Amino acid sequence: MTSLLMPTRRALLMGAGAGLLATALPAVVGAQAAPIKIGFQLHRTGIGASYGRWYERTAQAALKLINDGGGIAGRPVEILFEDDATDPKRGAEVVDKLTQSDGCDLVMGTLFSHVVMGSAPRAGELKVPYLVCSEGYHVASGALNRWTLQPGITDVRAQISTMAPWVSANLGKKVTMVFPDYAFGHDHRDFFTKAMAEQGGEVIAQIAIPPTETSFTRYFPQIPAETEVLYHVMVGPAVLTFVKELGEFYGTGAKPALFGFVDSLEAVDTATSGLEFLEGSHFWEAHPRVKPADAGEHEAAYRAAVGVDDMGASVSDPADISTYSHMFSTWETLYFIKQAMEAAGYTGPADRQKLVEAMEAITDLPYGLERPQGAKLFNGKTHQVFGAQYISKVEAGKLVKVHSTTIDEGLYPDAVDYTAMSF
Amino acid sequence: MKTWAAHLAVLALLLAAGFLLSPYHMTNLARILVLATFAMGYNLAFGYTGLLSLGHALFFAAGMYAAGLPIWHAGLAALPALGLGLAGGAFAALAVGVLALRTAGVSFMIVTLMFAQAGYLTLLYFNATTGGDEGFALPATGRRLFGADLSTDVPRFLAAWAIFAVTFLATLALVRSRFGRVMVALRENEDRARMLGINPFTTKLGVLTLSGAASGLAGAAYAILFGYAGASFATIQYSILPMLYVLLGGAGTVAGPLLGAILMFMLIEAATEVTSAWMFLVGAALVILVLFAPKGILGALRTRLRGLP
Repeated sequence: MTSLLMPTRRALLMGAGAGLLATALPAVVGAQAAPIKIGFQLHRTGIGASYGRWYERTAQAALKLINDGGGIAGRPVEILFEDDATDPKRGAEVVDKLTQSDGCDLVMGTLFSHVVMGSAPRAGELKVPYLVCSEGYHVASGALNRWTLQPGITDVRAQISTMAPWVSANLGKKVTMVFPDYAFGHDHRDFFTKAMAEQGGEVIAQIAIPPTETSFTRYFPQIPAETEVLYHVMVGPAVLTFVKELGEFYGTGAKPALFGFVDSLEAVDTATSGLEFLEGSHFWEAHPRVKPADAGEHEAAYRAAVGVDDMGASVSDPADISTYSHMFSTWETLYFIKQAMEAAGYTGPADRQKLVEAMEAITDLPYGLERPQGAKLFNGKTHQVFGAQYISKVEAGKLVKVHSTTIDEGLYPDAVDYTAMSF
Repeated sequence: MKTWAAHLAVLALLLAAGFLLSPYHMTNLARILVLATFAMGYNLAFGYTGLLSLGHALFFAAGMYAAGLPIWHAGLAALPALGLGLAGGAFAALAVGVLALRTAGVSFMIVTLMFAQAGYLTLLYFNATTGGDEGFALPATGRRLFGADLSTDVPRFLAAWAIFAVTFLATLALVRSRFGRVMVALRENEDRARMLGINPFTTKLGVLTLSGAASGLAGAAYAILFGYAGASFATIQYSILPMLYVLLGGAGTVAGPLLGAILMFMLIEAATEVTSAWMFLVGAALVILVLFAPKGILGALRTRLRGLP
């Protein structure tokens, strides 16, 4: 006879087994369901704030779709956003916090080059994948480390190089460049001058404007009279003054063709009063803000998910213009992470090295909802992705796409082989 | 003797704290110690001598680039680079001081601010050499000291602690020396000090040079320990930061800059946990502090506890 007080050996073993199982089960289920944590280094404040707001919004939209589709390898995904104040010192601290304090599996999202440069060394020390959305040439130039990759947006060198053939063939061969006198402007100066020379064109004047300048009229007389194309890449609040003063300088008389990078006008309505002088001019765009008539089949779904209308403005406020040519990079980077994690069989931080190797093994990234900007080619050696670029014309205050480049036009010889570097 | 013992105890406490904390907080403590070194340099000029400078970012950046550029371009080792950083900060301060010390008060603030801004723009202008606004990552070869890899937690913390400790004790020795009393005399009443035979110009120039040396050493250490140098460290923000640390901790106290740097770091950490508007919280906390403890925490304590150096 057995009783609760006098159990048999079998009952004891069964009870103990059941108890162990009951204890272990939540842990197993918990482990399977434990979310993948992605740290997002966000420019919520500082000079990158207008970009940061849209980067967050786009990343949230992609995150929702990924989680609705079953997450990454069946695990839910969460993003921890942390403001870096668009400052390199704070940026490194944020990488530290997201990785060591918050336990994120990797860090992504940085746009401004100086924040990338300041943060990447810390990511390398922590041996945490650091996926930037910056378009700077710093990754592909070899200046960073094995843990830093740029899989979501084409770098500025490739962007600029693809513009020269079209500018040369359609706008003119004698170019004067006006650019801010710091790294972003210098990249344009160096790469576009070289690319134009290869097209048989010539940059006949380079006018560097100090970053503290607030009025530009005194620089305009330096533009040679024989200039056929005026290439401008002014950024920040100064761009409105720049364009207005340029309009006053030329008046209604003859003027060179204008070509600019939309970085100047991200989050700015091209129909803004004072920008009338841009009518008929051309801009580089990475992703056409105004939905083109021949937009890809996933364009509408992408815009709907992020909450952007066909004009590139927020659906809730038409005056709230997005940073359309850059923000897709956060979306595409998240899907790149998903693809690499699933390929690597990623289970946790111990697999970070395996994850980077899986990323380096990726090459073709076809067009789809994962990549609404277009198909891409990832170079595992340089850690840089390449995609098509676009040229739009300002017509009736709207950017209308007039030209698309191919991926191949932007390719250039490798400057580094990160895969040969140690972890 | 009691004062020295108290300061040595602070150093021992910091060293122990580094090893008791998690790797995350150990790295943060290393950051705090380097920034506190910068603030100690600022405190010599502002807290002890009454020189309210808005140009110390220039001295910090001078040290950062004097160390960082030779490492980046010529493969210099960390130890001589630290020496160059110290010398770079001292030289920049000497050069600025020769001109700026012909002014005083608000004019001195404006002149030092303009020199710092000129320094910042110079870094941008010579982009090809300095890396401009983007800056540059320091190669691993320049981040080794006595065989230790400064990109790893423990050696980095020990190096930061050693740099802080040397500056901390040197500051204590300086402010307790005759020269230190002359500094305070100038701060309190320059005319009376002059009547006692003190040359205000040369004394202030000496103080500013020492202040620049400490700031330059901190700048060099920041670049080498954390692997990055960039022009953002030469912006006005980095002239304001050491001032805030000093005001928060207590101007004219040896440990005030350390306390200010620790509290500011903790304040930012806590505020970022609570809200995305963390800068507002930090700003509000500073306004409250200035209103209710204008001499800073240790300054307020000193009025109650005599003998605090």
